[in-house]
Amino acid sequence: MRNFGYLRAASAAEAVQAGAAPQVQFLAGGTNLVDLLKYRVEQPAALLDINRLPYQHIEELPDQGLRLGALVTNAATAYDARVQTRYPLLSSAILAGASAQLRNAATNGGNLNQRTRCPYFYDVAAACNKRQPGSGCAAIGGHNRGLAILGTSESCIATFPSDMGVALRVLDAEVRLLGPAGERVVPMAEYHRLPGAEPWRDNNLLPGELVTAIDLPPAHFGQHYTYLKIRDRLSYAFALVSVAVGMRLDKAGHIQEARVALGGVAHKPWREPRAEAVLAGQLPTAEVFGAAADELLAGAVGQGENNFKLALARRAIVRACQQAAAGTPQSQSDKHIR
Amino acid sequence: MLETLPYSNAPVPVDLTINGQLHQLAIEPRTTLLDVLREHLGLMGTKKGCDHGQCGACTVLLNGERRVSCLTLAVSHDEATVTTVEGLATGDELSPLQQAFLEYDAYQCGYCTPGQLCSAQGLLHEGHARTRDEVRELMSGNLCRCGAYPHITDAILSVLLTQQPTP
Repeated sequence: MRNFGYLRAASAAEAVQAGAAPQVQFLAGGTNLVDLLKYRVEQPAALLDINRLPYQHIEELPDQGLRLGALVTNAATAYDARVQTRYPLLSSAILAGASAQLRNAATNGGNLNQRTRCPYFYDVAAACNKRQPGSGCAAIGGHNRGLAILGTSESCIATFPSDMGVALRVLDAEVRLLGPAGERVVPMAEYHRLPGAEPWRDNNLLPGELVTAIDLPPAHFGQHYTYLKIRDRLSYAFALVSVAVGMRLDKAGHIQEARVALGGVAHKPWREPRAEAVLAGQLPTAEVFGAAADELLAGAVGQGENNFKLALARRAIVRACQQAAAGTPQSQSDKHIR
Repeated sequence: MLETLPYSNAPVPVDLTINGQLHQLAIEPRTTLLDVLREHLGLMGTKKGCDHGQCGACTVLLNGERRVSCLTLAVSHDEATVTTVEGLATGDELSPLQQAFLEYDAYQCGYCTPGQLCSAQGLLHEGHARTRDEVRELMSGNLCRCGAYPHITDAILSVLLTQQPTP
């Protein structure tokens, strides 16, 4: 890879000022960024190492929620006793992603900020509007087996590969940011972007803005939840389709509230209020779950090689809802889907 | 633009304690931990397989945790401790995992073995694997193109089952 400048940020204030300069990128766990440097997809003039900033802890919030420091690793988050007990959906989703080695390196903030991507994004000889604005999209009409079926545009059909992010979307997590203009909070729903005409913008971060924490609200779906990830091999692969479900049932077994989000199908974790409205007040049946799946997948379009995702996603949604309703979440080590 | 910023791409001083020995190095920012081990220090036990974090052959223990050394920049790890496959044994006495890999014939060509050993050492330290399924899942970041997975899993399980639970 090409060489670049390097500075360890001594304070958050220094980081956001220096990080606002073009051609400067933050370095945290590096699991995505270092790979992109090797392929020369990213060619920053300098890296600003934020690993020593004080965002290393998981803390209780006054409202019974939990604050996940941006620099806590994915592994430390997934195995944290509070997360496992109160947010098992999040723990499960994190453990469905990457490998043990990568989860030991990857940070919570970095997980959100990993690039939304596709194989052509990595291939610097190929057309890619995300990597080289205006160059075209080789994936449309090309090899797109793993790519998006929802929220695509004429310029990009890449997918956001995070598993953690799909669970955070269901949990209505909020992302805390610090920038040159101060702090702000962005809901997960508004953090990532659809490609539109500017596919190079994966998220709504402003220049210099740094993720400092992810806040989890008190509602955590400790009983009825699942993270079901369908992929080409049993472990250590991106999702073709993944489904995160959080549900609450009343004593008579009716669905009081259900939240469903999809991964591996769009430029961001995909959630649709109309699908959840279909479920509210109903008894958990395959028919009801199918109707919700149809709403969640409304407008989905195959791109050729990935046409199979339309049927796969519908079945995965129904199965995941059944797992959540039954209180039998998908195991991330016993791979049988029940 | 950058002239106004305090960035330099000159080598950066980095202290690393590797297998118990302190190394005071000056390293270009772009240098991965893997390349420091192999190219700067001649520790060839750690293997470069894919160099993209997909195969696990370069797994080492960084501050006690298993990491792929190809996807991390050495400059990020000033004052860190690293254990490579060369540091697993105590003198001529193999570690329990190394001995188990021998007894269970847990390799064919051996290229992935240093990474498998370091990864398995990290897995034992983490304490989250109790069953065969859990070992398989938590070792999925280490590929073996010879397909020695059943024996690798057997070897790790044999150590896991004799290991005292860590307090």
